[in-house]
Formats: sequence, structure tokens, C-alpha cells
Amino acid sequence: MGALELKSVTKSFGSTDVIKGVDLEVAEGEFCVFVGPSGCGKSTLLRIIAGLEDATGGDILLDRKRVNDVAPAKRELAMVFQSYALYPHLTVRDNMGLALKQAGVAKADILRATDKAATMLSLEKLLDRRPAELSGGQRQRVAIGRAIVRTPKLFLFDEPLSNLDAALRVATRIEIARLHRELGATMIYVTHDQVEAMTLADKIVVLRDGRVEQVGSPMHLYNDPDNTFVAGFIGSPQMNFLKSGPLGLPGETTGIRPEHLQIKKDGSITGTVSHVEKLGGETLVYIRTHPHGLLTVRLFGEHDHSVDSDVTLEPDDKRAFYFDAAGRRLR
Amino acid sequence: MARARTSIGRTIAAHAILITWTVIALFPVFVTVVNSFKSRRAIFADPLALPWPQHFDLVGYTTVLKQGDFFGYFQNSMIVTVASLFFVLLFGAMAAFALSEYRFKGNLLMGLYLALGIMIPIRLGTVAILQIMVAGGLVNTLTALILVYTAQGLPLAVFILSEFMKTVSDDLKNAGRIDGLSEYAIFFTLVLPLVRPAMATVAVFTMIPIWNDLWFPLILAPAEEVKTITLGSQVFIGQFVTNWNAVLAALSLAILPVLVLYLIFSRQLIRGITAGAVK
Ligand SMILES: Nc1ncnc2c1ncn2[C@@H]1O[C@H](COP(=O)(O)OP(=O)(O)O)[C@@H](O)[C@H]1O
Ligand SMILES: [Mg+2]
Repeated sequence: MGALELKSVTKSFGSTDVIKGVDLEVAEGEFCVFVGPSGCGKSTLLRIIAGLEDATGGDILLDRKRVNDVAPAKRELAMVFQSYALYPHLTVRDNMGLALKQAGVAKADILRATDKAATMLSLEKLLDRRPAELSGGQRQRVAIGRAIVRTPKLFLFDEPLSNLDAALRVATRIEIARLHRELGATMIYVTHDQVEAMTLADKIVVLRDGRVEQVGSPMHLYNDPDNTFVAGFIGSPQMNFLKSGPLGLPGETTGIRPEHLQIKKDGSITGTVSHVEKLGGETLVYIRTHPHGLLTVRLFGEHDHSVDSDVTLEPDDKRAFYFDAAGRRLR
Repeated sequence: MARARTSIGRTIAAHAILITWTVIALFPVFVTVVNSFKSRRAIFADPLALPWPQHFDLVGYTTVLKQGDFFGYFQNSMIVTVASLFFVLLFGAMAAFALSEYRFKGNLLMGLYLALGIMIPIRLGTVAILQIMVAGGLVNTLTALILVYTAQGLPLAVFILSEFMKTVSDDLKNAGRIDGLSEYAIFFTLVLPLVRPAMATVAVFTMIPIWNDLWFPLILAPAEEVKTITLGSQVFIGQFVTNWNAVLAALSLAILPVLVLYLIFSRQLIRGITAGAVK
């Protein structure tokens, strides 16, 4: 229950193509994250899966059945929005129970389902309040509760944490991960934040400009990116891209993660320290170099490097990735 | 407002302007009401004097209430205004929802076409309207007036409401769709309550011209039993003699219902006008 398949799905608004042919399989019970920069079509793709937008071309299959022409409410899915989208005129309980009420479920069963979801999300005390009387974090928990109550085949999340502050974001992220374990349902989660993608996903789908760049587990994408875009997008701080020529390395571009670049005497790259960020557990040193531009070095623990001092760097060749002029990985 | 941005000088200036404007706006109303309680001689002798004690005279009101079926006129005006208002708001909101929510061919053209009515006065079509009403056997009915006023009010209603409806969150409507609400339920239970301030604004702007209109009642429904109050009051204005007591009394009475409707809508209206400006 809950397997999703997309077959060369496309979407155009007028003459602008937003989704340019997406093929994807999401297995039952999988946590799949769509990640990509803002405007790349993540939300549009999610709305197509939900049935809120019609695909211009291609097929959407839920449990191997084509659902292109099935209304959103009949697809047995639930969606959580970035803006919470709670019904302002209904109490928390009625917000959570509306879908069941519309489906004609008996009152007692609705009560039981809402109570159960409320317990899972510790919302018991808020059941009689209206959305206006809740904080942002509480509203998002209610929105998640509203999704759970329906026991859908498929959960869709559209940047559910973007409106929360940093601490709440981490807490709610952990909560969503726990719910996925407890419910075992298929979930599709959209975010532009690669940290959320890395921490939640079984499978990450990296999107750019309406196309899938690469699909894989978080560690697969981290350790084996197909191109410079994926390599740059996954991992924080971002991977450094060096010009291969001057270093005598293969390809056009050499990618090296900040932790695999060392500051040491007589290294092959010379530069000056431009900025130092001390985070306690780690220290990030930004170094201006020629011809590679600004490079980031990640050091564990506390380190002192004064700004404007000259340093030399040495990349760890064994951990480097090589890319051709078009940004494709050379293997 | 931040303390740093207010100064006493500015506050005084702002209030002076607002008070002046209020006085100017209320002056005709004041003169009308005051003089409606005076004898004819007192009206002309000293138009600005207050009615009591020596000039107080209810002759205007007694004339009005004796002459013709004044309450009938009142009722006709009320029916026409409220019914037109209801249809303008209902159809205006529905059209605005369709224009702002659904993508279809000719959406933009349709919106422009509907908004065109704001610029073209409906009175230009009086002859054609009269012909249609005659053909439809609707002359001298309140239905004729309601139909015309609904048509007259729709362009502005559609224009204002569709702008407001664009601001209603897409996510909210989509959440409703996923939960199985019909498009009608989404419109009536989710969208309409959120655009209530805009509806009140439209209601006030629609209501007042309808209540005050003399043109269409005179042409389409001049018969005694369907006269509106504005038309009914005209009997006191003659070519040679005008019964000023009665005219002023009739006008004073005619203010009341609009005032009541306005008070009903005003809280929402203020929110509608300031929406977006503050916040
Ligand atoms: N209803 C629409 N009409 C026209 N263009 C749209 C519409 N919805 C989205 N787009 C365009 O599609 C692109 C992708 O949008 P979206 O899916 O919201 O991106 P993301 O969620 O990845 O930030 C954007 O360039 C946006 O301008
Ligand atoms: Mg989005």
C-alpha cells in the first residue's frame, strides 16, 4: 500500500515548462525527499502527485493504478503545507476530523481517530482551541495530526518546517522521523534544505530546473555524486570546486569536501585567510586562493588562524571527485 | 504607530483636517434633519437655527405620513436594495472566485469584459432596458429594478472581490480539496469568511446608489404600488410650489435605513479599507 510511480511526468504553465519529464519510483513505506533550490518545481511536482494540478503529460501511478484523473480526495493521501493551512473557523479537533467527516465516517470513529492522533502529537490540551490561538509550532503539529487522522496511503509534506524557528525545526524533524517509523507509511517530503533531506530521507531525489539530477540514499549522493550540481548541493559546508589544470589532476574541475582539504606547510595551493568561523566543535576557515577562488577548510576542534595570514593547502587526492567541462562526473 | 514618528504638531494638523472634513460632510445632513422639524416660515427665516422651542413643528412628518403610502414606498426601497445587494454580492463573489481561482482560456478577457461595466454607465442602455422590460412584462415590478441594479452593481463587485480573493491562501483551498470539500464548500466556508471585509466594502458602495436612485424607478416602476421612497418623495416637489417641510422630512426618514445598513457593515468596512495598509 502506498507505492508511487511517476512516468515521464511533464508540466507546463502556458509556454513555460516547469517539470520537464520526471521518472521516479517510490517504494511502499519509503521516506522520499525532493530537494532542490527554490523554484526548481518541487512543489509543483508534489501538487501533481496530490492531484491539485493536472500533469501536462505522463502518468502518475499509485499502487500501480493510474490516478491522473482521480480527484485529490479520492487518492487517499494527506498533505501538510508550509503555511499550515488550518481551517480558521474550526477547532483543532474539527480541523483534524474534517476529512473523515467528509468521507462519511461515524462520529464515534472520528472522535477515536482524532484522540489517537492528538495523543501521538501531544495535542490533547489544544483540541478545543482555534488555529488563531496556537503558536506556529503547535499549528504545524495540528496540520501533521490532520494528515495522520486520515491514515492515508501516502503522506505529502511541502516544506513543513520552513516557517518554524531553528530549535522547533529540529524537534519537529525528529517527530516526523518518529512518525514515519511508527506509521510505516510512504512519505514524500519537499524541502530546499539539504540538512532536512539528509537527516530524514531513505531516498533523496535531487531536482534542478524541473529535471531529476540524481536519485539515491543520502550517503550514496554524498559519497558518489553524478555531477557538480549534486556534489555542491549535498553536504554542508558546500564542496570546494578547484580547477584541475593547474594542479595536474584529471578533468576540468576537482571537487573536494571542506574536511578533505588540509592546511599544511608546502601545500600545492597558496592563499590568504579571509575569514574564520569558530563553532566550538569545528572551525571553518575561508581562504582566498588563485585561481580557485574562495575555498572552505573544515577543521575539527578549535584552531587559531589569523585573518590575512598566508597559508598553503593540500587536497586529499584519494577523496577528490573529478568532473568534465559540462559538470559530469568522471569515474 | 511608533512614538518617534508622531509629533504634537502633526497630530493637531491631522485632526484639524479630519474635523473640517467631517463638518463639511455632515453639514447638509444636519441642515436637512434640523429643518425637517421646523415650520415653513422658520425654515426660510433662519435655516440654520435649531428647531426648539418656538419653531418646533412636525408638520413635515405628518404631511409625509398622510400623503400616499409612505411605508409602502419604504418597503419597496428596502426590498429592492436588499435583494439587489444580495444578488450583487452572491454573483459578484462567485464570478470573482472563478476568475481568480481557475485557469481557463479567456480568463483575462472575461475579467476585463466584466470590469468594463465600471466605466460605462448603465443609464446609456436605458432605452434598450425599457424595451426588454416591456417585452418581458416586467414594467412596474420590483423585479425589474432588482435585475437592473444587480447588473449595475456587478462590475465593481467582481473587480474588487477578485483582487481580494487572489490574496486567499492557495494552501488553504488545496487542503480543503484534499480533505474532500467540494468547490462550493471551499467557496462558502473557506473563502467567503476570509474576504468578509471586502464584501462589506462592496456592499456599502453598491447599496447607496441603489437606495438613492431616481432614474430607473421613474422609468421602469413609476406605479403607485411599486414606487421607491426616492420617487415617492418627489410628489412634494412641484413645478411651482415645493412643500419643503415634507421634502425634508421624507429625506430625513430616508436616511435612517441606509444608516442602519451602514452601521451593520461599517466595522468590516474599516477593516476592508485598511487591509494591507496596516499590518
Ligand atoms: N500557477 C502557476 N502559474 C505559473 N507558473 C507557476 C505556477 N506555479 C508555479 N509556477 C512556476 O513554476 C516554477 C516552480 O515552482 P515551484 O514548484 O513552486 O518551485 P519550488 O517549490 O521548487 O520552489 C516557478 O518558476 C514558478 O514560478
Ligand atoms: Mg515550494
